[in-house]
Amino acid sequence: MTRVPLERKVLNENDRLAAELRQGFLRHGTLCVNLISSPGSGKTMLLERTLAGFDPQRRVAVLTGDIQTDNDAQRLARYGFPVRQITTGGACHLDARMVEKALAEWRPEAIDLLFIENVGNLVCPSSYDLGEEARVVLLSVTEGEDKPLKYPATFYRADLVVLNKVDLLPYVPFRMDLARENARRVQPDIEIVEVSCTTGAGLDTWRQWIEARYAARGAGC
Amino acid sequence: MHEMSIAASMLEAVQTEATRRGTHVLAVGVKVGELSGVDSESLRFCFDALVQDTDLAPLALEIQFLGWRNRCRQCEQDFAVENYRTECPRCGSVETELTSGNELEFAYMEIEET
Repeated sequence: MTRVPLERKVLNENDRLAAELRQGFLRHGTLCVNLISSPGSGKTMLLERTLAGFDPQRRVAVLTGDIQTDNDAQRLARYGFPVRQITTGGACHLDARMVEKALAEWRPEAIDLLFIENVGNLVCPSSYDLGEEARVVLLSVTEGEDKPLKYPATFYRADLVVLNKVDLLPYVPFRMDLARENARRVQPDIEIVEVSCTTGAGLDTWRQWIEARYAARGAGC
Repeated sequence: MHEMSIAASMLEAVQTEATRRGTHVLAVGVKVGELSGVDSESLRFCFDALVQDTDLAPLALEIQFLGWRNRCRQCEQDFAVENYRTECPRCGSVETELTSGNELEFAYMEIEET
């Protein structure tokens, strides 16, 4: 028996496809943002509010992933931007191949901002690079402040944490300072914004973050 | 529960290597980091379930678990992160970065002598 080295990532094929996607985004000047959270943290609502705030001429597109139904795509299509549902049929995360396939019928050079709403899940999406430039994790105040500690793999890879549903703070025992501390324990450089998609609080800060990342797109590649 | 698709990717990669080398693979070693988002026991369960329906069986899976380690950007101390304490235990700086724990990588294969 001989031992031979095998130095490659387990998800080599996904990473190879993701690298191709990333190069495409770079070439076309697209900022791709991957949104990850538990089910029900408000990814779709945040996207609805985000889309509603864009100039209709803005070249924005959305891919939204779910195990079943195209409910989210229907909700998001109301804002006039191209939206495509990825139905995974059981898979608990999106992978680079699904994104590549979903993008195939669009002209990639015609998209400046691409949002990918991942399947609601704080575990599995973290392992799959989709070629995105920015990864955003949502955490709503009706969840526990310890989510960053329970799911460090996901929070470790996040560029931004959106603390959502802050309008509900008077009714829940959620401690914002603790949530922030926990997120920073997992990743000291993490950026955090507090928003309410119901009242609109904090959405300006969120939009500024998107625009700043858009203006600086490709810089880190 | 994405360990099933990860196990499937692993078997695909081992099959490719086995064909390329024209040899039988007896075992495959992987490194699984604490922050990889992959549960070692679940991965083993899925791997064993999938491998038995392939030509690769019997194929052993050897998992090396790698704990979370950070290095201080100030004093360069390398330390194990326990209980999410990412600040440097030597100088107290909060500017530390990951050096290990992120892995989901193959390490080696045990192949038959040719």
